[in-house]
Amino acid sequence: MSKSIDSRKNYEKTKKEIGYVARKDATQKDYDRIGFMSGLEVHQQLNTKEKLFCRCPAGVFHENDDYDAEVIRHMRPTLSELGEYDGTALMEFKTRKEIIYKINNETACTYEVDDTPPFKIDKEALEIAIEISLLSKLNIVGEVHITRKQYLDGSIPTGFQRTAIIGVEGEIQLKNKKIRLIQLSLEEDSCREISDIGHTRVYKTDRLGMPLIETVTYPEFVNPDEVMEGCNYIRFLNRSTDKVRTGIGAGRQDVNVSCKGGTRVEIKGVAHTKWIPELTHNECFRQWALLNVRKKLKESVSNSKKWKISSKEITCAEIGLKNKIVIEAENNGEKVVAVNLPGFNGILSHFTQPGKIFLDEISDRLKVIACIEKPNIASFEALENKLSKSESEKLAEVLKAKEKDAQFIFWGPEDDIKTALETIEERCIMAFEGVPNETRKSFADGSTIFERVLPGADRMYPDTDSAPIPLQNSYIESLKKDIPMDVIDRMEQMKKWGIPEDTFTYLLKNNLVPLIERINKELKVDAKFLGTILGHRLKYIEGHYNKSVDFDYKIIYALFKYLKSQKLDFGIAREMLPILYQHPKMEFESVLTSLKFKKRNKEELTAPIGFLKEKFKETGKKKTKENEINWVMGELRKQAVGNLDLKDLRKQIENN
Amino acid sequence: MKDDLFQGYKGKALELLKKYNVRVWGQAMIDTTRGQFNGTVLPRAENDDDQHIVLKIETGYNVGVDISTITEMKETGFKKANYKIPEKDFPYTENLPSVKLFGTGGTIASRLDYRTGAVIPAFSPGELYGAVPELADICNLTTEKVFAVFSENMGPEQYKKLAIAIGKEIENGIEGIVIGHGTDTLHHTSAALTYMVQNSPVPIVLVGSQRSSDRPSSDAALNLMHAMHAAGHSDIAEVMVCMFGPTSDEFGLLHKGTRVRKMHSSYRSTFRTIGDTPLATIDRKKITPIKKNYNPRRKDRNVTIKPYFSDKVTMMYYYPGMKPDTLDALVDNGYKGIVIVGTGLGHVNKELYPAIKRAAAKGVHMYMTLQTIWGYVHMFVYDTGRDLMAMGIVPAGNMLPEVAFIKLGWVLGQTDDPEEVKELMLTPINDDITKREPYNGYLVYQGGIPEVEEFIRKVHK
Repeated sequence: MSKSIDSRKNYEKTKKEIGYVARKDATQKDYDRIGFMSGLEVHQQLNTKEKLFCRCPAGVFHENDDYDAEVIRHMRPTLSELGEYDGTALMEFKTRKEIIYKINNETACTYEVDDTPPFKIDKEALEIAIEISLLSKLNIVGEVHITRKQYLDGSIPTGFQRTAIIGVEGEIQLKNKKIRLIQLSLEEDSCREISDIGHTRVYKTDRLGMPLIETVTYPEFVNPDEVMEGCNYIRFLNRSTDKVRTGIGAGRQDVNVSCKGGTRVEIKGVAHTKWIPELTHNECFRQWALLNVRKKLKESVSNSKKWKISSKEITCAEIGLKNKIVIEAENNGEKVVAVNLPGFNGILSHFTQPGKIFLDEISDRLKVIACIEKPNIASFEALENKLSKSESEKLAEVLKAKEKDAQFIFWGPEDDIKTALETIEERCIMAFEGVPNETRKSFADGSTIFERVLPGADRMYPDTDSAPIPLQNSYIESLKKDIPMDVIDRMEQMKKWGIPEDTFTYLLKNNLVPLIERINKELKVDAKFLGTILGHRLKYIEGHYNKSVDFDYKIIYALFKYLKSQKLDFGIAREMLPILYQHPKMEFESVLTSLKFKKRNKEELTAPIGFLKEKFKETGKKKTKENEINWVMGELRKQAVGNLDLKDLRKQIENN
Repeated sequence: MKDDLFQGYKGKALELLKKYNVRVWGQAMIDTTRGQFNGTVLPRAENDDDQHIVLKIETGYNVGVDISTITEMKETGFKKANYKIPEKDFPYTENLPSVKLFGTGGTIASRLDYRTGAVIPAFSPGELYGAVPELADICNLTTEKVFAVFSENMGPEQYKKLAIAIGKEIENGIEGIVIGHGTDTLHHTSAALTYMVQNSPVPIVLVGSQRSSDRPSSDAALNLMHAMHAAGHSDIAEVMVCMFGPTSDEFGLLHKGTRVRKMHSSYRSTFRTIGDTPLATIDRKKITPIKKNYNPRRKDRNVTIKPYFSDKVTMMYYYPGMKPDTLDALVDNGYKGIVIVGTGLGHVNKELYPAIKRAAAKGVHMYMTLQTIWGYVHMFVYDTGRDLMAMGIVPAGNMLPEVAFIKLGWVLGQTDDPEEVKELMLTPINDDITKREPYNGYLVYQGGIPEVEEFIRKVHK
């Protein structure tokens, strides 16, 4: 009989034991204590007309059921150039997945499904990648070599991604420190997943093969906010060229995190930069928690080398199991297996992430490697799908468990049980080592789940289908001429102009600073005013109105040019922008008409001030000077916009 | 050996490596005007230029360093890669058929070749078992590397060697034979073996792969499994080609060695039976016959090996405006047999007539086949056809051009008596000429047509 554990209490107790603090309360001291270390891999799609290695159009997307044909593939691991098998590859092979690709003739040719060798690399993409490498202060290679990087999850039908290094060893300048870059590569994007259930995974091939760059930093970030700052910087840098794609999925990042004594874990496909702090914070503490698990196991298991699980196929009736999910699974012909983990008492309910325990680490891997859908596990130590005391006593009896042991049951299709048991044992043995090398999938709430074993350099292989591409000095020099200003210098420039800092992210994200600079220089419009109208007003409009497909930021230049030629006050741009955002093809004059704008001179506008002040006295408002001015302003504002600077109008009212 | 230290480097790049004492497989620190590069120096493909040095950097990627930018280079370590598929002894299982795999080269099993930068064949039962362990569940495998040439370098000498080797194996009691082969000329070899190995009591299966086995999506493993399955378990004792049915990893097709042709430069499903249906579909579990009549497997060992081939045979692909001197040149160079690949029902233009007459007078054997690939030669329909026949050109029915070429070579290796040649050529061997063409023997569907599109959407191509 094993010791009875209150899983909720044990979760809280272990959470406290490792010194978990919520992110909002965490300080640099906390991160130093657990040795927070993080690096980034920032992916950015390039805005080219065609895909990287074939002449299909890039940037055309389809709905899931909009396809013309299907192709099925199974992936097998192969050797790397250095003669090794890659761990991830072997794991994926274990999953025995059947992969289905849905193909649309408009966006996929025989290249995408690996029925024809690659065509020449897209020149436009190569140029953009070199330009961004130069901006990232990278050493540009002398010759571009296309390499195959194995991906056995099926996200690429060839089983590998064609990718090439453009530059190595660069740096970016953050507010307070420099972050070094390892490399920048140009690669083809992968398929988009439609579903992944049991042993079948379905992809669509519209995005497949689109050019993408990946900027990789050294693991030099020491707290979650810094990671976000770095990520933003790289994204702004990419955007500053105006040659990259924007919108959902155009920019994604993988974040590498480790804690002191932990190991590199990669959080894959983080869709939003703002998710980064919570994700990295939790991952670092998860590793810290796993190190505590290791410490506890060392105390309770004397010989970890000989450690083994024991298991037994059972029936629900045998242990008096009342859980409806399990009973239904059993009725559907699935097998129920009881597992005993010697020395693991109190480990299964050990805190790992907010709301998650060690048992989840096992359950996640059962889903991914053995392809057993969740829920797939139940235990006395679980937080959900908890076994009752009598059920677990019976379970312990069936398994002849000892006091320090822990038990759980899992259920799934008969064919998957063998892999499941191997997976369970493998994960538990890893607990003696500490933190497994893995990639994890991220969620908006800041939690992560196991995705796959972390691949290494062993998955690289030269692409025998393509020749190396030399990059001459003269070619690189010619590209250097067109590269934009550094993002850090742009930030300095905005500060100098006095543009409020809360607009920086928006302005850099949309690469609007060059526009501000141009309007300021050519039309002599105040840069601070422009920064505010774009960084606040335009941002507001974007969030509240529907954007026309024809809207282009260039129209803003034309707008100010028009206002200047008409000698109108620039302030009216605030009112005109929402209309132009929705109807960019409308004449500026018509926009003004729709705003019921009438041209008036200063005398006409200020003439009624005295009369209005008299009228104010008749209102029920408290008779202060301030109220009087505001009321008169309110009466005149609408007519004044575009004719007179409102600050000027206010002055006139004050002095009247 | 000096060469080994700088594998593949030449000219200026070689000079520079020697100057700084940096070897291939050496870890190098290279300073350049574009910054520093660190990594392992890799061999260079022979046909690439002498202006770059290839490095594998720590992240596993390869990059080239332009030698004109190099200012300093230092070797800091040395580690040679050992590219080897894990070898394991192929296990023997009681009650499984014994299958022999002959290796000829090609991409069925391959590894990287630094000399050319392309893949070269690697082959041994141990390696194969290491790469495709499932094979051990299908048969007891032994292998023999007959020679290692790329598909395009296969020729009459190789056909003969193979035929003799197959004969020996059959006499020794083998239960099935698989031949690993590059795909480009797989159908030439399958025709040659059909003629050279007659009355085989066991299946002889030719197999290749369209995607080299060094990639995860390769068709090599599945093709091998299918081929071994066909060789060890199928009842069809013929020379066959076993390759993908659809491009999807679903099932393979067994094609008659005389009716099969490579029809796409890169598709997995490139091999098609022409003018007939394939023999059977095959997957890892079962073989489903499509044709009812075939030569069944036998217990006896009465195989006839006929390893003959004359290399005085050629093909002439006719084109409009072809001049008679092209044919004269062939005849003047001593060619004794010419397979003409004619237009339409089997035609060439009038301008060639005098040359044809001269060739016939010199005793050259001429056979007509079709550029249309599908269909029969019908030389009675138009005057041209009748003229040509009168001049001595023999219509070869619906024999595929490549098959007719191989057959004529094989026949002329045995006799040059015109009547005997004709008799041998026109007596069908394993359906190289069929009596009738079934309606489903010609199915080249046209994309874009609604019902075809609907079919493609539902059925994996």
